[in-house]
Amino acid sequence: MLYREAGDYKTSYVDDAQTFPIAFDRWRYYVVLVVAFAIIPVFISDYMAKSVMIPFLVFCIAAMGLNILTGYCGQVSLGTGGFMAVGAYASYKLMTAFPELNIFFVVLLSGGITAAVGALFGLPSLRIKGFYLAVATLAAQFFLVWLFNKVPWFFNYSATGQITAPPRSVFGVDVTGPEVPAWGAYLFCAVFVFLLAWLMRNLTRGRVGRQWMAIRDMDIAAEIIGVNPLRTKLSAFAVSSFYVGIAGALFFSVYLGAAEPTEAFGINQSFLVLFMIIIGGLGSIFGCFAGAAFMIMMPVLLKNLMVDGMGWPTTIATHFEFVIVGALIVAFLILEPHGLAQLWRLMKEKLRLWPFPH
Amino acid sequence: MKLSRLAAVAAAAMIAASPALADLNVPALNYRTGPYAPSGIPYADGFSDYMTLLNERDGGVGGERINVMECETAYNTQKGVECYEALKGENPLVFIPQSTGITYQLIPKASADGIPVHSMAYGRTSAVNGKVFEWVFIMPGTYWDAASMMVKYAMEQEGGSLEGKKIALVYHNSAYGKEPIRTLEELSKKHGYTLTQLAVDHPGQEQKSQWLQIRRERPDYVFMWGWGVMNSVAIQEAANIRFPMDKFIGVWWSGSEADVLPAGAGADGYKSITWHKPGADFPAYEQIKTLVHDKGKAAGDGTTIGEVGYNRGVYAAVIVTEAIKAAQEATGKSNITAADMRDAYETLTITAERWAEIGLPEFAQPLQASCADHGAPHMGAIQQWNASEKTWTLVSDFMTPDEEVVGPLIEEDSMAYAAENNITPRTCE
Repeated sequence: MLYREAGDYKTSYVDDAQTFPIAFDRWRYYVVLVVAFAIIPVFISDYMAKSVMIPFLVFCIAAMGLNILTGYCGQVSLGTGGFMAVGAYASYKLMTAFPELNIFFVVLLSGGITAAVGALFGLPSLRIKGFYLAVATLAAQFFLVWLFNKVPWFFNYSATGQITAPPRSVFGVDVTGPEVPAWGAYLFCAVFVFLLAWLMRNLTRGRVGRQWMAIRDMDIAAEIIGVNPLRTKLSAFAVSSFYVGIAGALFFSVYLGAAEPTEAFGINQSFLVLFMIIIGGLGSIFGCFAGAAFMIMMPVLLKNLMVDGMGWPTTIATHFEFVIVGALIVAFLILEPHGLAQLWRLMKEKLRLWPFPH
Repeated sequence: MKLSRLAAVAAAAMIAASPALADLNVPALNYRTGPYAPSGIPYADGFSDYMTLLNERDGGVGGERINVMECETAYNTQKGVECYEALKGENPLVFIPQSTGITYQLIPKASADGIPVHSMAYGRTSAVNGKVFEWVFIMPGTYWDAASMMVKYAMEQEGGSLEGKKIALVYHNSAYGKEPIRTLEELSKKHGYTLTQLAVDHPGQEQKSQWLQIRRERPDYVFMWGWGVMNSVAIQEAANIRFPMDKFIGVWWSGSEADVLPAGAGADGYKSITWHKPGADFPAYEQIKTLVHDKGKAAGDGTTIGEVGYNRGVYAAVIVTEAIKAAQEATGKSNITAADMRDAYETLTITAERWAEIGLPEFAQPLQASCADHGAPHMGAIQQWNASEKTWTLVSDFMTPDEEVVGPLIEEDSMAYAAENNITPRTCE
């Protein structure tokens, strides 16, 4: 009834090609933006920002990055944690080497450096595919973490190999360091999420994105119709790593504040992001958000419910959390193998016909 | 039956949790799950049991009950930060992070929020310099103290000289494990031994290659900076290659029952440094048994009492409660704040008489903190494991570290931190 194309007249091709062709969707999108940028920052508490929203936003970016590579271009990667480490260490080196440089550009440059590293590790994808490529990226994961542990130049010769983000600000508001206001750090991440999601949407529906998808669906056919596999696969690796690098830089500088490579950027981080895009839905931007929300917010929600709400001992709650999250993942994948994004798509189809389905 | 027990636990916890508001809130960032649980459970039990004892016997400290707020971190830094953010709004008196990684995260945050951090013999060593780190306390000593005392002990064993000897360091590849390297390197220059560094990655179950290297190089001593399952795996591997156990010395976090029991008779003779007496032979422990365990109020299953980890938990609880008491006496009010707590920590004195008075005679060394020194008393002794009797015994006197080497290193590292973070050190006069 509300959710329909009928009555929404388009008079130009630009109108017709917009991201949200249905008026209801468009309005919903504006409402989400207003809530995210005008309402949440006013009411957000320290705990909500630092334990829930910032990790959620950071992992949204990481999931978008991996989704470009795996969901759109069909190249499986297990190196996400390693590439996040590249972003984090790049931002640390830039922050300490150029204290005058604005943190916004530090984060962007870290993404750029990660893109270069990612493209380098993407070279094997031209010869190997599928599981074999997954193993090659796994090697990248272990190599990069080992490198940041081994070479003291990366952590400025500190005694323990820890890197610590010095305080930096944007427009006079701290976004890194110990005295960050909750809304400042939140907005800083939210701006990156918005810009990168917007960029991803426009990349994936343009020429570049169609080439990625052509390679994903059948690489030989794509090559025959004139898609250059070298340029396409490497661009997917580069853009994906750019996103993941930004996520790593924000993860270290805004969220953690101090990090060591083995724990913060280990193989579990790679799997976490991979689970996000599988549960959220491959090849979907909404899926990145849904998957990140599921994997980041669900454990915190369950913990608060069981420990604070019901007063259970922390051990039982933690073990239950594993069981419940695990069971939910299995249940979701059985009920909808294409992820939460597919559920969303189906719901929209149904809404279009509602309340007269025949 | 399981469900009804769960429900009973939940109900009991709810009733217990409701009047918490006006109490002395002490967060406990415990880990009873994950690969570090073997080390984390006894500590958590000891800490909570001692607090329960005070609540049961004396009605808390100075008439205020102590409310231990448990939060499960699984030794994971991210979860630890989440715990900190969740608990910092509930008027916590002091944070005890129970992890060097989490301590590194909390030092700047807690200093900005004005909450003391007590990293009990772990964390950032240079934070012992109270001139720079106003809010951080490391009683009873630092990793650099431990490293120096371990070298001192090895030197005594070798008849006063380590010239030409080889020492291998097996360490957890994290901020925690890397902490002693700088001191051991400095000491190797001074005493003429060579240092081999062998990193073990999280969680530490895979150590075959490291021990192969030890078998090949035959070092005279192996030092270990391990935690959780890494400890027991290392001791098992050392037994497998028949490394002489009395030349294998762990830091204080690598020397508890959970670490040596899995290796069975092979672990006999293993040594580690410690700062308190092993065992449960203290009057206060009798009271814990009668007033806490027998009444079904034990934090765990009650089997960990007297273990090294348990005693560490008791030690931490004693420091916290003594500081609370000192703060109450200094301010004249029973409901103290985190800032009062910090002042009390800085002037904290526990004499040998006081240790006896609280039912723990000769449990640990007397201590006297000061504005500049947040890590008193800086003393440790070597304990040795007897596998047939399943007991630890002290085999050395309490030692002091080599201030000549450790002091300048602390000064250098803390001043570097001060410069990075625009802190003007206090004068402490």
